Amino acid sequence: MHDESPHFADAVITTQTGVDTAKETQSLGPFDIPATIEKPEDVQDELLIEIYRQMALLREFDRRSVRLQRAGRIGTYPPLEGQEACQVASTLALRKADYVVPTYRDYGAMMVHGMPMEHILMYWNGRPEGAVIPQDVHVFPLAVPIATQLPHAAGLAWAAKLQGRDEVSLAFFGDGASSEGDFHEAMNFAAVFKLPVVFFCQNNQYAISVPLSRQTATETIAEKAAAYGVTGVRIPGWDAVAVYRAVRDAVVRASRGEGPTLIEALTYRYGPHTTSDDPTKYRPLSEAESWRERDPVETLRQDLNRYRLWDDAKEAELQEWIHETIQAALAKMESLGPVNPLELFDHVYAKLPSHLERAKAEFLTELSHEQTKGDAQ
Amino acid sequence: MTEMTLVQAVNDALRTALQSDDRVILLGEDIGKNGGVFRATEGLQARFGEQRVVDTPLAEAGIIGTSVGLAAGGMKPIPEIQFMGFIYPGFEQIVSHVARLRMRSRSRFTAPMVIRVPYGGRIRAPELHSESTETFFAHTPGLTVVTPSNPYDAKGLLLSAVQSDDPVIFLEPMHIYRSFRQSVPEEPYIVPIGSAQIVKPGRDVTVITWGAMVRDVLDATAKVEATRGIEVEVIDLRTLAPWDEETVFASVNKTGRAVIVHEAVLNLGLGAELAARISEECVLQLEAPVTRVGGLNVPVPLFQLEDLHAPTHARIQRGIDKVLDF
Ligand SMILES: Cc1ncc(C[n+]2csc(CCOP(=O)(O)OP(=O)(O)O)c2C)c(N)n1
Ligand SMILES: [Mg+2]
Repeated sequence: MHDESPHFADAVITTQTGVDTAKETQSLGPFDIPATIEKPEDVQDELLIEIYRQMALLREFDRRSVRLQRAGRIGTYPPLEGQEACQVASTLALRKADYVVPTYRDYGAMMVHGMPMEHILMYWNGRPEGAVIPQDVHVFPLAVPIATQLPHAAGLAWAAKLQGRDEVSLAFFGDGASSEGDFHEAMNFAAVFKLPVVFFCQNNQYAISVPLSRQTATETIAEKAAAYGVTGVRIPGWDAVAVYRAVRDAVVRASRGEGPTLIEALTYRYGPHTTSDDPTKYRPLSEAESWRERDPVETLRQDLNRYRLWDDAKEAELQEWIHETIQAALAKMESLGPVNPLELFDHVYAKLPSHLERAKAEFLTELSHEQTKGDAQ
Repeated sequence: MTEMTLVQAVNDALRTALQSDDRVILLGEDIGKNGGVFRATEGLQARFGEQRVVDTPLAEAGIIGTSVGLAAGGMKPIPEIQFMGFIYPGFEQIVSHVARLRMRSRSRFTAPMVIRVPYGGRIRAPELHSESTETFFAHTPGLTVVTPSNPYDAKGLLLSAVQSDDPVIFLEPMHIYRSFRQSVPEEPYIVPIGSAQIVKPGRDVTVITWGAMVRDVLDATAKVEATRGIEVEVIDLRTLAPWDEETVFASVNKTGRAVIVHEAVLNLGLGAELAARISEECVLQLEAPVTRVGGLNVPVPLFQLEDLHAPTHARIQRGIDKVLDF
């Protein structure tokens, strides 16, 4: 076809190529739910305190886990320090029957919703026992491939809806995950079928080394909701009360049959992507320091002090409880003997097929051979 | 000559490719500023700029899909997939388009590209970071699949792949990324695609393997040789598709015994195809049924058990004993 029309497309392309480096760090705000200033009237004192206790526990757990990795007592570990409000205040807005659908970094949310701490440690220590989720705990296995858990959350919500159970799915994901097809497909399904699901994006500004400006040309992640007919909300992710309110309201809407919500919480991981990562390669240290000025745990503790709900004695007591809780979980992990190699064959099928029965028997003979040889040496 | 690790040799080959051909473009997650999670692209963005060493959005379908268009449009893309376990969002693009563009357009369009993929286990990595699913690609007509077992081959094979008229899946064994150094020429050179290498000659048994397993096989066979007074011929296949039938058949016709060792699960691993072809072609010379030693037929476990999932030295030795004692 001979086309005489001006090349509009070319003009668009030239203005859009390359990344706007001036926009490397994204501006904060505006938010749909502002950071808290006044003592919240819609959040009970006990709950505020519980949010703080869990956040403080998570912070210490996280720091301890990093040290355990450095000492070779667990494997590669993805720290979350800086994202405590996102994981704790969100999950405390759930009812027990609601589902947490996490990624590798969301062990905080998993623990708050009932996953035993020692299992989290065992998982990062490469042990199959770490994958065990107690029967009554509505937590899905953490997903490692990016964004793949998001359609699962929509499916869980769909099953609940079809079977008349009032269960909302809360799915966590990162800013980087918003680039994967699975994110878009999950949002679309959730909206088309009006599913009771909440997509909670912890926008910590980076996908490993890649800044948000490389993931999307839009100003926010929340605005993507509009394209799917999903409610989009943007919140300060360091503010526990804002996080709590956003999830609470989204769960209420979902449970009333009003459909899905996408929440974008602005946050930051102070540490490396995982213990194998070196963040100084891709961002200045000062950036983390500036985020620490609105540290979620510190902010909430100061607020609690201000509301006269907290004091030094309570803090000391809390720190003692935290220490004991983590010690107990660690002791449980370290009291385990070597992993039973036969576990390799467990849970692969409902019933082990005969070829694997034979392989397992052969494997057992081999192991005992090597055992006796080893003993003889 | 410079002493290099395998990952440094990859880096050196990429630098050479970028330098010698303006059409070469590297794209992937964290490959620019960060230099790749394994440092395979370290320093390349600083040297060649953001237009040629590109940090992409986190989307494998996007990375491979745009590489098809880039290649058809005259560029020479070298996409990186961060770990083999994360290639699947791009799998549709690989199977339906990368492998078939030539055939579907009767060679009007082609998609020569080199898809670099770290693979294999035994580095205590988290879940799904330890896969060896080379069969998926070797099974797909139109794809060439290559894997080096040492730094010299890494550079030479990668430069061959860049020159190929067809798409190449370039599998990098993470387990030996840094485990030893070797002299690697500074100037460009080629290790031809499609040719296996006899890494150790021998007359009694042929063991065929590739990637990180080559070193395990050499260690394991040394013990069998010492205890049994035999000689094992070890072949590094290097190109998994299309593989070097000539070298393999000649060796098995000489030794009369063949064992294939791979880290991928045994069931439908590439060993199955090799065993079938050897059985067809070397039947009159075979003294024993062809034997395979592979990963257990269960998913790769969390890392505490991963060394037992892969072929152990004891299992490799038993495979050799089996064909000797038949
Ligand atoms: C499909 C897929 N591609 C690549 C990876 C490797 N990878 C692991 S985490 C990560 C970055 C994720 O960033 P984001 O979604 O922002 O989450 P964050 O890690 O910041 O919590 C990448 C690229 C993966 N796990 N899965
Ligand atoms: Mg992120």
